Amino acid sequence: MNENKSLLNLRGITKVFSKGTVDQVTALNGVNLDVNSGDYIAIIGSNGAGKTTLLNVIAGVFPPDSGEIILNGRNITGLSEYRCARYVGRVYQDPHVGTAAKMTIEENLAMALLRGQPRGLRAASNKQRRELFRAALAPLGLGLENRLSTLVGTLSGGQRQVVSLIMATISKPALLLLDEHIANLDPRTAQVVLDLTDMIVKKEKITTLMVTHNMELALKYGNRLIMMHEGRIVVDLGKEEKAHLTINDLVAAFEQAAGRKFVEDKILLRR
Amino acid sequence: MLLDIAGHVLSFSFYEGLVFGFVAIGVYLTFRVLGFPDLTVDGSFALGAAVSAVLIVDGVNPFLATLAALGAGLCAGLVTSLLNTKLRIPALLAGILVMVGLYSINLRIMGGANVSLLRQPTIFLQVSEFLGLGTRIAYQLTVAGVLAVVVFFILNWFLRTEIGLALRATGDNEQMVRGAGVDTDKTIILGVSISNGLVAFSGAIVAQGQGFADVGMGIGMIIMGLAAVIIGEALFRPKGVARLLLAVIGGAFVYRLVISIALRLGMAPGDLKLITAVIVIIALAIPFLQKKIQRQWLPPASRW
Repeated sequence: MNENKSLLNLRGITKVFSKGTVDQVTALNGVNLDVNSGDYIAIIGSNGAGKTTLLNVIAGVFPPDSGEIILNGRNITGLSEYRCARYVGRVYQDPHVGTAAKMTIEENLAMALLRGQPRGLRAASNKQRRELFRAALAPLGLGLENRLSTLVGTLSGGQRQVVSLIMATISKPALLLLDEHIANLDPRTAQVVLDLTDMIVKKEKITTLMVTHNMELALKYGNRLIMMHEGRIVVDLGKEEKAHLTINDLVAAFEQAAGRKFVEDKILLRR
Repeated sequence: MLLDIAGHVLSFSFYEGLVFGFVAIGVYLTFRVLGFPDLTVDGSFALGAAVSAVLIVDGVNPFLATLAALGAGLCAGLVTSLLNTKLRIPALLAGILVMVGLYSINLRIMGGANVSLLRQPTIFLQVSEFLGLGTRIAYQLTVAGVLAVVVFFILNWFLRTEIGLALRATGDNEQMVRGAGVDTDKTIILGVSISNGLVAFSGAIVAQGQGFADVGMGIGMIIMGLAAVIIGEALFRPKGVARLLLAVIGGAFVYRLVISIALRLGMAPGDLKLITAVIVIIALAIPFLQKKIQRQWLPPASRW
């Protein structure tokens, strides 16, 4: 894979919610972003900066008001969510969103395996697919590979999030979107899920956008760091610049971009 | 004498459990599998009866007429699911709208309130002539049993296929299904259509079994189906697709058995629907009241 090949291009993406009412919010305000194949980008920003809206637009949950989304040279602007799913795997903040509780691990993975492929009247799972699922779960070291017929609803939040992660990556999508996927987990579980994420992203070489509140995480993981503020990308740092960056540098960058002291955002943007 | 009656009640309930089992499976598909509370059922049951009866009277082969009834039911479900997915009408309302509309359609199809199938070649008569089975209950049980086995095997296979899995997942977590690249509109349309096809299929068989189709024969069918599903789940606590299907048919059998016994003991047939409604209300209220007693927090009732 060519490391510098452009994979995703966002051109002037704008999204306004509740247009024409007192609640009008400009969630995205002309976002331009070029993501190269193999990038692992951490996206930070305070609440309301537009991080999740950006992921929603890329995943086709709703179309942007204006602007274009080009993936692999193909214009996917306005493509509905289930069509975008062919290219995009996603892990949500809430483990319940990514998995079906009343179905087994095997059934959940069987759903995810056929991402973007036509579904027919073949058996949803078979011996070969079960082997595939075990092979995907075994390296995690959680013993989930021996629990394929366990109902996902009986797993812990961390285990469910790991299943979500495997579901998002098992069909090797072009793009992986992580939407604060460890924010709901306790610190120890969060670290486990984060390490597994890092392992999978590196092994499968999946281009990844990871939204987080946590600046430490954003510095530690990924080869690129983006800071959003009020619907715009205000900081975009590559691997070399990131390597020497400290949290204080990030705070300073934020204050410069936002034109105000960081203090106000202390609670929202964890140090 | 008493044994005779008991045997008769039992075998007749078994027959009814099998034919109404199709309704129960249909209701199970929408309410439980898809999470789509579909009330089309009352209309599509009578639709199946009307379509098959009129076709049989017109000289069409009864098996073809029964298949046509299934097709008509599929169309009714298609309309309900399109109203919901494409026009965004809430599922309950979409079902009621189609159910009410079907009442007029069924009257039009039959050209009146009912159609008699007396001395008409129903599937039961054809099978009894073919096999030379004498007693009514013998050939009724044979026909219903064979059809139930066929439907069971088809659904048990279908729900395990890739499409079937997507259908089951839709009721569990629609967001996840879309995220996996499946158009949930399509799975809902498919599921609701199949459900109503089964219900109409049941209507066609019931009409042929009792010797007439009536525009009012679908009234309360949805509640009967729900009662069967609830009884089946409570009694058999099934796990897995195959056992769930069997449990639902079993629920229909138990329900019909209880009703038959009650009728034998002198309950007025007119009270049947009220009693069914009360059974379902109790079954729905029990989990709520249990939590209430344990002082658990409960969300307000959903309106749609």
